[in-house]
Amino acid sequence: MAESAATILASGEAIAARRRFRVLRKLLHHRSFMVGFIIVLLMVIAALCAPLTGVDPNAMRVRMRFRPPQETWWFGTDQFGRDLFTRVLYGAQLSLWIGLSVAVLSGVVGAAIGVLSAQYRKLDSLLMRIMDALMAAPAILLAIGLGAALGPQTHSVIIALAVAYIPRTARIVRASALVTRELEFIEAARVSGASNMRIMFKHLLPNATGPLLVQSTFVFAYAILAEAALSFLGIGPPPPAPSWGNIIAEGRQFAVQAWWIMLFPGFAISLAALGMNLLGDGLRDVLDPRLKVES
Amino acid sequence: MLRGILMRLSQAVPVLLIFSVMVFMLMHLLPGDPALAIAGPDATPEAVQAIRQQLGLDRPLPIQLLEWFAHIAVGNFGESITLKQSVVSAVVERLPVTLSLSLVSLIVTLPIGIGLGVVAAYWRNSWIDAFVMVLALLGVSLPGFWVGILSVLYFSVQLGWFPPSGYVPLTEGGFWPWFASLIQPAIVLALFQIGFLARITRSAMLDVLDQDFIRTARAKGVDEWTTIAKHAFRNTLIPVVTVLGITLSLLVGGSVVIEQVFALPGIGRLIVQGILNRDYPLVQGTMLLFGFAFVLINILVDIIYTFVDPRVRYG
Repeated sequence: MAESAATILASGEAIAARRRFRVLRKLLHHRSFMVGFIIVLLMVIAALCAPLTGVDPNAMRVRMRFRPPQETWWFGTDQFGRDLFTRVLYGAQLSLWIGLSVAVLSGVVGAAIGVLSAQYRKLDSLLMRIMDALMAAPAILLAIGLGAALGPQTHSVIIALAVAYIPRTARIVRASALVTRELEFIEAARVSGASNMRIMFKHLLPNATGPLLVQSTFVFAYAILAEAALSFLGIGPPPPAPSWGNIIAEGRQFAVQAWWIMLFPGFAISLAALGMNLLGDGLRDVLDPRLKVES
Repeated sequence: MLRGILMRLSQAVPVLLIFSVMVFMLMHLLPGDPALAIAGPDATPEAVQAIRQQLGLDRPLPIQLLEWFAHIAVGNFGESITLKQSVVSAVVERLPVTLSLSLVSLIVTLPIGIGLGVVAAYWRNSWIDAFVMVLALLGVSLPGFWVGILSVLYFSVQLGWFPPSGYVPLTEGGFWPWFASLIQPAIVLALFQIGFLARITRSAMLDVLDQDFIRTARAKGVDEWTTIAKHAFRNTLIPVVTVLGITLSLLVGGSVVIEQVFALPGIGRLIVQGILNRDYPLVQGTMLLFGFAFVLINILVDIIYTFVDPRVRYG
């Protein structure tokens, strides 16, 4: 035995630190990552700066209804005379919040399920059958059913979408953990007395971070699109608080005479999804070149 | 081969069981009394009691679950409250619309999606690749229903090229009116799938093009067309078939939303109407049918897979 278990573990940690640095440098030089990153950053800044417009997004001005985009109303006004520019900015807060919550929630739960089923073979078949069952119906349909049952509220949209995207994340983390599990350093950790918990959360999970991060980025993008679709079907976050989806849903019946109501929030959704997708593509190229685009 | 199919089918049984329990639980997720929620705020106590009895909500939960299974076993997926008909017959009535839309959309998706991916991979890192990949990225980033509404505003209202909404059955108007009523929603629906498929095809094709056997084919003087069409493309299809199930799932999921934009009386519209009317048995039954259909479709995809990839068949 040339190397002790401890040396293998120690050298592994040193390699990990060096790799983190290299990954960061690669990301900074990756074109689509940087473009996506800047788009997302600008949107977050815009969302946070929404109060700076000094306009109440829900203030109705009956005499200012259906004003097309012009100097005072950059994005025009809607059927209640509300300023659409302000509403799209405030909508960014809600839509990005939903996207982030869904990405984090499905990431955390999916990672836990994935690691557990990779570590405990007996749990594996049960957990994976549950995941298969969740994936039986199309994701958006599952979210529609759940959203309808939980009622039109922001938190039910978040739960419905997170549940719909958990199985894919769980599968990806499980696949990665199954590969890691067979590597030498896990055996080294085991002989040096590491508990199952320690192996799962200190070794299996960190080694699945790449695919997990990539997947969560794409989930973020899907969630923004799905929130809009749910709102359009009438099961999104309830008005009057603006989200990109419910601005479009509310403006739809006036689409012929006031096209601007639904045009700008749609651009915002597209831009946000585009930014997250670019970010995800960049992360995938750098962190996990072998991972394919998965829904 | 047959053994493989049987094994795959037996794996589907627990999945279907779990899925049925989940859909059963859906109604019990409703905040408060489900009978009250279904009846609506203005209902009399008698009406609420009637619904409770009709749906068996007055019985203990385990009994309800057993009944649920017993009904599914004989193909009874429940009764719609508002339509006064069985969920199965309501779904069967609307199935041709959703199937037509999905089929036309799939026919649009497959050649364009796969074609774009192959073109991008073959001319990798050129402006063609960049252009195709931007298109694909837009496909997966634009909200379909929004593109649909804009498309109706421009192509139907402004230019009058297509009917803005509605569906003409094949049996009523013949092929062209049917096709005209579907082509616009089908293209809108295809955008996401095209982007998705082009991105996967490109990365699969890039993998194949780097393989030794492609270099061998070129080295021994096989002409470029044969190398790409026979050697590279056929191997690219293997990972592409794997995502066929996902593509179909995206397609049907997307059609639920797109049917709403174009007022197509399909299953998607049925579900949304069910939600708006608080007709939860209808929503449950339809979801259940969808889930069962997709489990079977995925088995079918696996079987197709064994034909495309001999390694799976003999391995």
